[in-house]
Amino acid sequence: MEAAMLYAAEETRSYFYTLPLWLKVTFYVVALGTLVVFFAAVRRKWLRYRSGRKDRANRPSIRRFLGGAVSVFSHRRIMRDHPVAGLAHAAVFFGFAGLFVATLVVLVDADILHPLLPEWTFMHGTFYLVFSWLADLCGVLLIAGLAVLMFRRLVLRPPELRVEDRDDVEGFPTGRMVRLDDLAFLLLLLAAGIGGFIVEGLRIHATQPSFEGWSFTGWIVNGWLGDAGVSSAGAETAYAYLWVFHAITALVFVAYLPFSKAWHMLAGWYSLAIRPEVVGGFPDAVDTVSGGYDHLTDLSRGELAMLDACIRCGRCHAACPATNAGFPLSPRDLILSLRAGAAKSLPLPRAAPGTAAAAPVLTDMVPAEWLWACTTCLACDDICPLGIQHLPLILQMRRHLVAEGEIEAGVQDTLMNVMRYGNSFGTSPRARARWTSDLPFEVKDARREPVEYLWFVGDYASFDPRTQENTRRVARVLHAAGVDFGILYEAEQNAGTDVRRIGEEGLFEMQMEKNLEALGGATYRKIVTTDPHTYHALRREYADGNGSGAREVIHYTQLLVDLLDGGVIAPTRSLDAAVTYHDPCYLGRYNGVFDEPRRLLRGLGARLVEMPRNRAGALCCGAGGGRIWMEDTPGIVERPAESRVREAAGLEGVGTLVVSCPKDLVMFQDAVKTTGLEGALEVKDVIELVEEVTRPMDRSEQP
Amino acid sequence: MADNVLVMAETWRGGISDATFELLALGRELADGFGGKLEVFLAGDGVSGLVGELGAADSVYLAEAPALAEPEAGGRSRLVAEVIETSGPRCVLVALTNVSWDLAGLLPARIGAPLVNFCRNVAVAGDEIEATCVLYGGKMEATVKVSAAPVVFGVLPGARSADAGRSAGSPEVKDLAVDGAQAAVAFLRYVEPEAGDVDITQQDTLVSVGRGLQGAANVDLAEELAGLLGGAVCGSRPAIDQGWLPLSRQVGKSGVTVKPRLYFALGISGAPEHLEGMRDSELIIAINTDPDAPIFNAAHFGSTEDLLEVVPALIERAAEVKGG
Amino acid sequence: MKILVLLKMVPDIVEELEVAADGRSLDLDFLRLIVNESDDHALEEALILKERHGGTVTAVALEAPDVDDVLFTALAKGADRAVKIEGGGDNLSTRRAAGVLAGTLPGAGDLLPADLILTGCQAIDDLDGFLAPALAQALGLPYVGLVGRVAPQDGKALVAKEFAGGVLGEYEVSLPAVIGVQGAEKPPRYVPVAKVRAAMKSAEIETVAAAPGPEVPSFDIEEMLKPQPADRAEMIEGDPEAVAARICEILSERGLL
Repeated sequence: MEAAMLYAAEETRSYFYTLPLWLKVTFYVVALGTLVVFFAAVRRKWLRYRSGRKDRANRPSIRRFLGGAVSVFSHRRIMRDHPVAGLAHAAVFFGFAGLFVATLVVLVDADILHPLLPEWTFMHGTFYLVFSWLADLCGVLLIAGLAVLMFRRLVLRPPELRVEDRDDVEGFPTGRMVRLDDLAFLLLLLAAGIGGFIVEGLRIHATQPSFEGWSFTGWIVNGWLGDAGVSSAGAETAYAYLWVFHAITALVFVAYLPFSKAWHMLAGWYSLAIRPEVVGGFPDAVDTVSGGYDHLTDLSRGELAMLDACIRCGRCHAACPATNAGFPLSPRDLILSLRAGAAKSLPLPRAAPGTAAAAPVLTDMVPAEWLWACTTCLACDDICPLGIQHLPLILQMRRHLVAEGEIEAGVQDTLMNVMRYGNSFGTSPRARARWTSDLPFEVKDARREPVEYLWFVGDYASFDPRTQENTRRVARVLHAAGVDFGILYEAEQNAGTDVRRIGEEGLFEMQMEKNLEALGGATYRKIVTTDPHTYHALRREYADGNGSGAREVIHYTQLLVDLLDGGVIAPTRSLDAAVTYHDPCYLGRYNGVFDEPRRLLRGLGARLVEMPRNRAGALCCGAGGGRIWMEDTPGIVERPAESRVREAAGLEGVGTLVVSCPKDLVMFQDAVKTTGLEGALEVKDVIELVEEVTRPMDRSEQP
Repeated sequence: MADNVLVMAETWRGGISDATFELLALGRELADGFGGKLEVFLAGDGVSGLVGELGAADSVYLAEAPALAEPEAGGRSRLVAEVIETSGPRCVLVALTNVSWDLAGLLPARIGAPLVNFCRNVAVAGDEIEATCVLYGGKMEATVKVSAAPVVFGVLPGARSADAGRSAGSPEVKDLAVDGAQAAVAFLRYVEPEAGDVDITQQDTLVSVGRGLQGAANVDLAEELAGLLGGAVCGSRPAIDQGWLPLSRQVGKSGVTVKPRLYFALGISGAPEHLEGMRDSELIIAINTDPDAPIFNAAHFGSTEDLLEVVPALIERAAEVKGG
Repeated sequence: MKILVLLKMVPDIVEELEVAADGRSLDLDFLRLIVNESDDHALEEALILKERHGGTVTAVALEAPDVDDVLFTALAKGADRAVKIEGGGDNLSTRRAAGVLAGTLPGAGDLLPADLILTGCQAIDDLDGFLAPALAQALGLPYVGLVGRVAPQDGKALVAKEFAGGVLGEYEVSLPAVIGVQGAEKPPRYVPVAKVRAAMKSAEIETVAAAPGPEVPSFDIEEMLKPQPADRAEMIEGDPEAVAARICEILSERGLL
């Protein structure tokens, strides 16, 4: 089309083309009604959120909001591990956003400027042409994206999108309700998109303006209509009907939005805006009977709003080690159950004067079984594209269970052991440093003399016979490297990380006080630890009286790689084997330490092969959150550790699974036995490999 | 004050208990050592026919009344106190079984005499009586010498062999008058335990688990081992209290006494209350990470390795041996 | 229903016990004192009775190291009062403790009369007596020991006494009475540290001066030592594999495998 022709006629279109006045009026009335419904629903949601607890700490800030906005626009979280679905969503997102903006633009021009300030209208000329082209592009993106997503949902049917009925809680959305909502959302949008193009095509077909090549899709539809033998007059007649159809679809969508998963378009912003930059921080105790969440109204306002952001993508469900094992816990179902409870009971009905309204009890929506199944691995919080934080809810609800004494006997005994003996094994604290007795040298006593590195060994590394040899290896390697290190001997106590995660905040505080006292009496430059749980607690959760938790804490893999880099550890041979590495949850996902252990392994000459689920996607071994102290629930399909060792064994040519956490070692060694993989897969701590390559060469190996 | 020894007999389910015969054996030694007589106090209802079994004794104080039919300590201690007033024994032996437990505590308090408790041995030592007492869950023993009279000894089951005290005969019977005073403690009925699927007293091999098992999930390990050895699983009190095993599998003071050919004690500390139930087993193998656990004083073989490591290894080995 | 629970501190046998230099007592250096296990069960039974039938539970203990923790824990678990008896003496034997209690309880701060006095049926250091029957005798109250379950019924209590083989004997005791508890219906409840600390801040332990009780007979320990039986177990050395191998050997030798 030549530029001259493009600008020949007045480039614009008439609004409500061919629509009689009564229809236009009806449209505005219905539109108004739609907005009333919409805002009424929004208000009800707002009142529901407001039933929650005021929480200063987790209010959205500009910074968090901007961070959330970046996340949304970049689609970084949605694209993670799901490139096709992510791109399709981006198409839908930008397409819809664009069309939404276009509608607003038209509204301004048609309903405000046109009647009031006609000389200011701008929907003509070049503006109009560019506008039309962009709008059509958005429409195409929307429809294309929706088509891909619908194909994925309805044809490919990924299991994570399926929401099963649950009979262990009341009011849980049925699979049928869920599918209806999913389908309604998709179909309404699709109908709106396609309908819009048909309407445009009809108009173009009827009016045949020369410039409408810019509305390229509409132009194509126009062509199809022509091919189908529809006349201009016919198009003009049909236009009104299709217009009404399109209007109805659009208005129904708007009215339906707050009642459907479409609400995530608004709730998601909020949920991302209240998400801290680094998740995994432990929620503060709150002013309730238990110190945690007893009733639905103990959730913060932000959390209640956050519940509404869930779109049932199922990624948390697929990532959860408990769900995978067959435990009753699913992070997604937890959110959906709470949400259903909130929708049903909040805001609370006005209470009779003099009484308080009874807020729903949380254990009705989230049974204790679910809560105890959690390993606190953080995979759910890490992976949620809408930034929903499931874990703080679980931790707060556990506090309630502990206050009520609803803890299984084994865990009670363990807590008692920690309280009495300072370790979870129930052994005399005098036995803590017995592992050193087999060493050919004295380990420095950090209580008595200053050391450069204070090695906080940890319960499992000190007491469990299966891991003690590795602890000795660490001591031998550090000693041989001339590192100045010492331990606290009997003054060291269980760090309390898992005690805290069980919900025993008071006992955690007691442990923290005891350890801080011991640390306070010692002189050191850095703390090094062999246990990622201890690493996390010391680094991020221990607070001195002045509130600062600042002390430099490193993991032994970080120390070892430093020593390797600095030539202090000198390998006498290369490992020359293919190994795979498991990222411990509290080292990797919680604290971002992924690279140092890998650099260490490569530095030792290992050929590192990654498991499919690696780095932040690593599958928890199942010991965290106090689960290592709990009985298995009957009905377990496959324990997380078993799934993990199978994953490792499935790697071509890899015979060794390397760990850097004593609990991982114990869990995976057991799993190797129970899965019959003995002989096929060895589980080794990274220190074993270090010792292997640094042992002095014997005669046969010397050049 | 005569140099006599008075034994508190106990009946259970219509018969003289083994613990009584053990006391008779011990009592006979002491009486001979003092040069005095061995006397027995027997209370019950319609128990006169049992006197003939108490041949090891020189005389029997017999108290019969319906109120004395079942184990109770109040009435007995009143009656015995009178006997002790008149006959003045040097010492009184009471068994530390469930049946006589209350009596062991009440009687010395009633007569204002010392009680030497948890004795695993009592012997004459010149002018005094020396006892060896088990304390602190079996981790310590105390040697005590008493010269006061009367003195009550609470004797642990197993101090002597019951057979050494069994002897048919006709000791002199001294009937006691029993008044019909209303007792503050009245027996109502027995409640039998639910019958278990397995009678552990009939097993040749028992794999017994204690607190060291750490969790119900590990009972499977014990079951597997027991299965391989053709035996059954039982446990000490903590294992039953925790709900890992039913009451019918409890070995010890409040459980059953077993004498299998092989008794595995896994994660059991060996407190006297448990030892009482299994110490006569032919072969006792104990696994406990605490090298000071008293179980090693009763076992024939032991190891301080972690049972959760040893048992799977043992299962593997045993399966090999059986298969190959 | 007014219930008194008597609690006592005993050495924790998880710790390694050593004989003191004098050869006749425990080395106190590394000793950890914990509440007597069956006393803990007595407290649990008392709390269960209170929850079921109403009334009050008062925890009573003689002064001893770390006894405050135990009394505050009792309060945190739900006891209404905690009373510490001071000045009775150190390292009292069980019989002497019973004597002090018998002398003090009748006159002390509104403790007696109580409907039920519950305490554990035994303790690991009961060398010279059992507390419950000795106290019952001194106070002139009926006593039943080795009890698992208590059910009050019109001025009496139905108790289930444990016999061998899992058999229970039901007895009816007229109240007031002293009961020696073997095991509560449920294991002693766990109370979160936060609750105990809250109790330490908000609640008070009442103190009462000890009044001397009746004279009690006593005797001394000649010697205390770790048991060294001639036939102690033959210990098998080596790693779990080696141990398993040796055991199989032993079993095969005897035809047991």
